[in-house]
Amino acid sequence: MVAEVVFTASAAAAAENTVAATDGAIQYAWVIALLPFISAALTLFFGKRTPGQGAVYGITALGAGFVMSLAVLWHFVSGGGPYAPPGIEWFSIGPLHLEVGQYVDGLTAVMLVVVTSVSLAVHVYSLGYMHGDVRFTWFYVVLSLFTGAMLTVVIANNLLMLLVGWEIMGVCSYLLIGHWYEERENSSAAIKAFLTTRIGDVPFMFGIFALIFATGFTTTNIAEIGEAIAGPGTSPGLVTAAALLLFGGAVGKSAQFPLHVWLPDAMAGPTPVSALIHAATMVAAGVYLVGRMFEVFVHADPFVLTIVSVIAAITALGAAFLAFVQDDIKRVLAYSTLSQLAYMVAGLSLGPVGVTAGFFHLFTHAFFKALLFLGAGSVIHAVHSNNMSEMGGLKDEMPVTFWTFLIGSAALAGVFPLAGFWSKDELLVGAWDENRWLFFVLLAVAVMTAFYMTRCVLLTFFGTYRGQAHPHESPRVMTGPLVGLAGASVVAGFLGAPQLGAVFGDWVFFEHPHEAHFVFWVALVGTIAAAVGILIGYPLYRERRERDPLMAFPRAWNLLQHRYFIDDFYMKGIVYPIRDRVSAAVYWTNQHVLDGAVNGAAWVTRGAGTFVSWIDRTLVDGAVNAVGGLTSATGGLLKYLQTGNVQWYAVLLFAGVVALTIVFVQIA
Amino acid sequence: MIRLPFVLVFSTLLFSTGVYGVLARRNAVMVLMAIELMLNAVNVNLIAFSSALHDVGGQIFALFVIAVAAAEVGIGLAIVILLFRNRASINVDEVNLLKW
Repeated sequence: MVAEVVFTASAAAAAENTVAATDGAIQYAWVIALLPFISAALTLFFGKRTPGQGAVYGITALGAGFVMSLAVLWHFVSGGGPYAPPGIEWFSIGPLHLEVGQYVDGLTAVMLVVVTSVSLAVHVYSLGYMHGDVRFTWFYVVLSLFTGAMLTVVIANNLLMLLVGWEIMGVCSYLLIGHWYEERENSSAAIKAFLTTRIGDVPFMFGIFALIFATGFTTTNIAEIGEAIAGPGTSPGLVTAAALLLFGGAVGKSAQFPLHVWLPDAMAGPTPVSALIHAATMVAAGVYLVGRMFEVFVHADPFVLTIVSVIAAITALGAAFLAFVQDDIKRVLAYSTLSQLAYMVAGLSLGPVGVTAGFFHLFTHAFFKALLFLGAGSVIHAVHSNNMSEMGGLKDEMPVTFWTFLIGSAALAGVFPLAGFWSKDELLVGAWDENRWLFFVLLAVAVMTAFYMTRCVLLTFFGTYRGQAHPHESPRVMTGPLVGLAGASVVAGFLGAPQLGAVFGDWVFFEHPHEAHFVFWVALVGTIAAAVGILIGYPLYRERRERDPLMAFPRAWNLLQHRYFIDDFYMKGIVYPIRDRVSAAVYWTNQHVLDGAVNGAAWVTRGAGTFVSWIDRTLVDGAVNAVGGLTSATGGLLKYLQTGNVQWYAVLLFAGVVALTIVFVQIA
Repeated sequence: MIRLPFVLVFSTLLFSTGVYGVLARRNAVMVLMAIELMLNAVNVNLIAFSSALHDVGGQIFALFVIAVAAAEVGIGLAIVILLFRNRASINVDEVNLLKW
């Protein structure tokens, strides 16, 4: 509520003193990240007792967060600079000081807006999509918790705090993918996603260690790390290693080749989750990390960025091909996400000039990909199936879903003047200047993107309905977010349009503000690429055929159906050998070493017990009995002194007196 | 004035006679009498030292001893009478009730 007050105040004072008013908002940017955590806790503890099963907490928190994010962004729109207050000391180990703090620059502000807006849309949408779900409240708890974690990553001014948010996101992703864990497939997908991203987290952590080492074990603060690396005295090898290790983390989280396998399987989760986590925000965290730590990549050996570009190219092309053959509508979008994330990574691989383009694509992609996923969710909600073979002809039954989905698809395909056109154009321009072969890869991917989205739209919404259900338009809580996101997908691109000043480049840039320049022929080629993709796709899929036209290439079809056999290779080449051999070894170790140790310990204990028992019985009891026996024997002998004769006692008495007297006299 | 050593020799003899009587006589009455001899030997000593050292405390102590001796004889004779009633004998050799 404070946020709204601040925002209203800033709006009222906008004419006179904008910067001063929004300074207030930017100081409290950390509240944006805190709000979802509070709502998660509230939902967890009071959700079931609240009317509406607790969804209201998350929606309120995200609404307030979204308004605050806009206020923070306004600070940069009106020309403000980065805000980096000193953090609060968390703890320190020797010279290493760890802190909790915020770093807010244009990139942070844009990410805040993206995350809160998409998350708000998903929170509202889930009211309809998850209606009547057995774990409805729990779903909202994890959704809010996830959003808070992502905002923590965005706002963190140091790597450790970033890592904390990063890992909470991983856990939330796991929980949400496995939300319907009753089906084994879903829980397997959750485990796969968690473990695969963890493989990336290990190099990420070592990257953090390398960077801490580069600062001389003093800090994890990102700005200070940047200074330390830019300054003299840091070995280039260390920086290069750190860059590669950090990129390893990004590869895991952003699902780049070769750790991309988890993302398509993650579609087992509820569709709003796919929209929020596996399209718009969490997978963008890897890209965000690379952008945030770009100082490291700039100062590393140039071959690091070459590796980044190669991986981006492989992922972009490979995933786009895979999207051709999917029947599951969510998997089409999942592979599209992989491909588009690779687009962003490709932008970053162009060096400092590509940062703005990469993040601009992240920004626009978040809106239209969230839109597409939510639209797919709306369709799935209506036909109770993920398979496009059981859809078709839905454009009349679901007009809102159809039109918004169409806008999203066109934006993704890069149709002028939607959001995707502008960001893709900027990436292509950058690639033409910096890296020619990457330009052609990106252009090819643009054609393919247009093709598979055409296929997807035609199979879903055109032709005749092929399923068994009775499709109907989704409720307003679901179509509302669709319309909102569709609006964003239309207008978001204009923020980076060179003709309109490309203000995005003033907010998000590396080192110096990015000046977008419009190259007419690149825009034309990009548009032609989209048109070619659509024109190839339209005749092929205008009428659905029993055999997919692509089956004309059986070998390629087979290869793509098996996802290049990469998953099979991972299972047969890595997972099974580890599972079988390692588990056998572990079993053997358990049986022989651990059980042996346990049995040995038991044997030793038993032996020691026997020995102690012997000591107890023989020595201790013997001593006690000996005392008793000795006393008894002494008494037996001494009893004869007791004659009962008083005179005998008297004799002894006097003898004693005499003896004592003699003794005393002798001593004296 | 009788010199102290003479008196001490006399009291020693008297005490020894008493000890002998206590240890050697069988008649309980004789034993009691021998005890009296020992007590009186002590009294002689007390008075002798009192006189020699010019300290009247010894004489007062002797008076106490005489009083206690009277009481002791009373009890002793009572025991002897009861012993005689129970055992028809006052021979101390035959009385071993203090045995274990």
